[in-house]
Parts: sequence; structure tokens; C-alpha cells
Amino acid sequence: MYETNYHRASSVDEAARLMGDAGEGKYLAGGMTLIATMKQRLAAPSDLIDLRHIGSMKGITVNGRNVTIGAGTSHYDVASSDALKAVCPALCHLASHIGDPHVRHMGTIGGSVANDDPAADYPSAVLALNMTVRTNKREIAADDFFVGMFETALEEGEIIVSFSFEAPDKAAYQKFPNPASRYAMAGVFVAKKGSDVRVAVTGAGSNGVFRHQGMEAALKAAWAPDALAAVTVDAGMMMADIHGNSDYRANLVKVMAKRAVAAAG
Amino acid sequence: MTKVTLTVNGRKVSGECEDRTLLVNFIRENLGLTGTHVGCDTTQCGACVIHMDGRSVKSCTILAVQASGSDITTIEGISSGDTLHPVQAAFKENHGLQCGFCTPGMVMTAVDMIRRHGGQLDEQTVRQELEGNICRCTGYHNIVKSILSAADEMGGAQQAAE
Ligand SMILES: Cc1cc2nc3c(=O)[nH]c(=O)nc-3n(C[C@H](O)[C@H](O)[C@H](O)COP(=O)(O)OP(=O)(O)OC[C@H]3O[C@@H](n4cnc5c(N)ncnc54)[C@H](O)[C@@H]3O)c2cc1C
Ligand code: FES
Ligand code: FES
Repeated sequence: MYETNYHRASSVDEAARLMGDAGEGKYLAGGMTLIATMKQRLAAPSDLIDLRHIGSMKGITVNGRNVTIGAGTSHYDVASSDALKAVCPALCHLASHIGDPHVRHMGTIGGSVANDDPAADYPSAVLALNMTVRTNKREIAADDFFVGMFETALEEGEIIVSFSFEAPDKAAYQKFPNPASRYAMAGVFVAKKGSDVRVAVTGAGSNGVFRHQGMEAALKAAWAPDALAAVTVDAGMMMADIHGNSDYRANLVKVMAKRAVAAAG
Repeated sequence: MTKVTLTVNGRKVSGECEDRTLLVNFIRENLGLTGTHVGCDTTQCGACVIHMDGRSVKSCTILAVQASGSDITTIEGISSGDTLHPVQAAFKENHGLQCGFCTPGMVMTAVDMIRRHGGQLDEQTVRQELEGNICRCTGYHNIVKSILSAADEMGGAQQAAE
């Protein structure tokens, strides 16, 4: 790892100020992506601004059907929240399948979403649950947040503070994990709220996480796994790598979507 | 150089290190506690698992400065004197190790797993929970057996105490 300078922030404002003073600074949350990347010398920030001790960025509040999750909340705390499980168990299920127990103890929802790895799990939930991403500067709608692989609407120095959404009537996430890394080869999050249906796909798209309009229309017409039988998933939009070609991934997306609808009930 | 202060196995310790020093190196080199191992560069093997503020973490992917102020337990801190921790005893009893390189991480993982699941552990859960720990020798069979046996015994002891 290259040399770096560590700073610990105790508030969001202090973190933003520290970042302003830094050269090539980066925020540090759980470090499960950033420290791992720095060890490989694939990142070399001059300064690290640690967000982990900012109390206001942690925790889950459920008010009726309205959920707010602090960006600094760990995958473990999302997975094991009884309050969240009562209104949106699909999100707990998703968090409980990220990496391994140790990664889940450190990694945070904010870090995962800010990083926007094309194979990460959380971005699909942000999109399918139509979350509002609150930063230290503004609110960003889920549909405007993800720009491409590892690319989001976040501006230089902007901090995600929390995520909020209204719990859906039904939802589920199914992923086909890469057997070695456990990242998604294809992961599909489906959510139904009233007559509205949102289907978000991660792990498979060549431009990162995306909504699939064809599947959404089919599921609006009939909420059942079979409703997806006639929908085409365009292989031209899929990633291809040593783990699977684009036809394989297109098929996986459909299989995961069917399983997700079945699991949502 | 930055001063790092930790409570390690109940004892307050401090030392100077670079901001880029990994917690595992601080534990091994500054504190001389070499039970915590390093088995990979990619945060995948779990040989470095310790407990930080009561939760299992991979000490190879945390900076020592990040951990400063926290409460750390390493493999050296779980037995009481010469009496092995029930998980250590179960690994010994069930031949849960061969070369032993992965064992400190496995044991620390098992202690955390049993804490979270209590007596609810079954074989499938143990195998899923071992996702972040790699063993090159055993084929996992006796590791799973050791953890289930320790969970039984610790669950039983808990019930007897209630
Ligand atoms: C072995 C292993 C297996 C994994 N498996 C999976 C998996 O199956 N699925 C999956 O989705 N992920 C997986 N991950 C990644 C894991 O979920 C990470 O925790 C996550 O991607 C990053 O979160 P973090 O809190 O650790 O962020 P960090 O690593 O600290 O930061 C990541 C990036 O986000 C930025 N950032 C962090 N917080 C904020 C914020 N609040 N506002 C703005 N920017 C911020 C940082 O500057 C950095 O650029 C795995 C990781 C490992 C090591
Ligand atoms: S040394 Fe930490 S996971 Fe391998
Ligand atoms: S006993 Fe040798 S690596 Fe596990």
C-alpha cells in the first residue's frame, strides 16, 4: 500500500471540511472495497477521511411503512434488523448474502452504493425500491443516481448520508453468485407497490445496474413468474467475461427474475 | 508516525505506526501476538480474523489507525489460563485442524458464529457462515464438526446456568 494520511471525522460537516483540505482524498467507510483496493495498489488516496465514527450516519428507522437507513449502517445491521424485517424482509435477505460474516460486520450500504460495482448487490435494491439518496448537499432520486459502472451522480466530495423509501407490498432479491467471489453474476430485485412494479438487474449489465422495462410491463399485467416467459432479455446489453458470456447472463437474468417473483409471493 | 491505542485481550496497549499499517501487522509486529495469521492479499481467506468491539473482522483489511480506541480480542485472548476455550477444545477433540494455519481464524470465526446463533446452529448454517474462511487441508468436514460440537456444549452450559 502507498502512504496515506488518516483523518477521523466525528460529523458530516467535519468530514466534508477535511475532504476540502485534502489533496487526493477519499472517504473511508467499512474499507471492505477501499482498503482492499489500496492493498493492491489500485488506489492511492493521499488522505483518508474516516466516516465510521459519525453517529448520525448509522442506524435504521422505520416509521409505519417509511424506512430510513443511515449510509454508515453495516450489512450485518441491515440483515439483522427486526424493524426492517417486518416491513421489507427482501432487503435483509439481500444484505445477509453479501460476502461473508466478517465483511458484513464492516461493510456499509453507503460504501457499496457509492462504489457502484457492477456486480454489487445493493444498487439493485436502491433502484427497485425507488430509494431517495440523501447526501450532505441534496436529495437524489434512485433513477438519477447510477450513471454507469463505478459511476454515480455523486459530485466531488459529496457524502451519502442516508437512504429512504416506502416499503413495497411485495419484494424479493435473487442472485446467482459467482461461486468464488460471491458477487452477483446476475442479481434481480423485484418490487411491487400498488400497481407499480420495478425490476432492477445487477451483475449482468454491461453498463452497470439497470431497470428492465419489458419485465416491469409484463409483471404489471400479471404478477407471476410465468408472466416473464415471453419477455426477451437482450444479450447485447450484457457483460461477457471468463465467468460467463452474454447469452448465458441474459438467460440467468430471466431465471433470477422468475425466482424473485416466486419468492416475493 | 501516529500513536495507536487499543485494548487487546483486556490489556491497554499503544504503539506508533504509519497510517498505512494494517491492523494485522500492528498486532503481529508491534504487539508480538503472532497467532493472528495472514493467508492472502485479497480479503478472502479469513486467517486474520479477530474480534473488534465484539464482532469478527478481517484484520488484514483494517488500518491500525482505523481501529484505534477499539476493543480487540485475538486468538491469544480466548482461553482462561491453561484451560482452552470450548471452541479450541472442540477443534482438538474433533481433529478440526491439520497444518493449523487457518485455525486461529476458524476459531475466532466460530466463537463469533456461536455468539450470534446460540444453540441454533445446524450444519448448513455453519457451512454458509464459513464463506469467508479458507482451509487448504481439512476439507472442512472436521471443522464443521468441531463448531457444532462446541455450539452444543456452550448452548448446554448456557441453559444449565439459566
Ligand atoms: C471478500 C469480499 C466479498 C465481497 N462480496 C460482496 C458481495 O457478494 N456483494 C457485494 O455487493 N459486495 C461485496 N463485497 C464488497 C462489500 O460489500 C463492501 O463493503 C462495499 O462494496 C463497500 O462498502 P464499505 O463500507 O466497505 O466502503 P469503503 O470500502 O470504505 O468505500 C468504498 C467507496 O465508497 C466511498 N464511500 C464510502 N462511504 C461513502 C459515503 N457515505 N458517501 C460517499 N462515498 C462513500 C469511498 O470513498 C470509496 O470510494 C465484498 C467485499 C469483500 C472484501
Ligand atoms: S489474510 Fe485476511 S482474509 Fe486473508
Ligand atoms: S488446517 Fe491447514 S489450512 Fe486449515
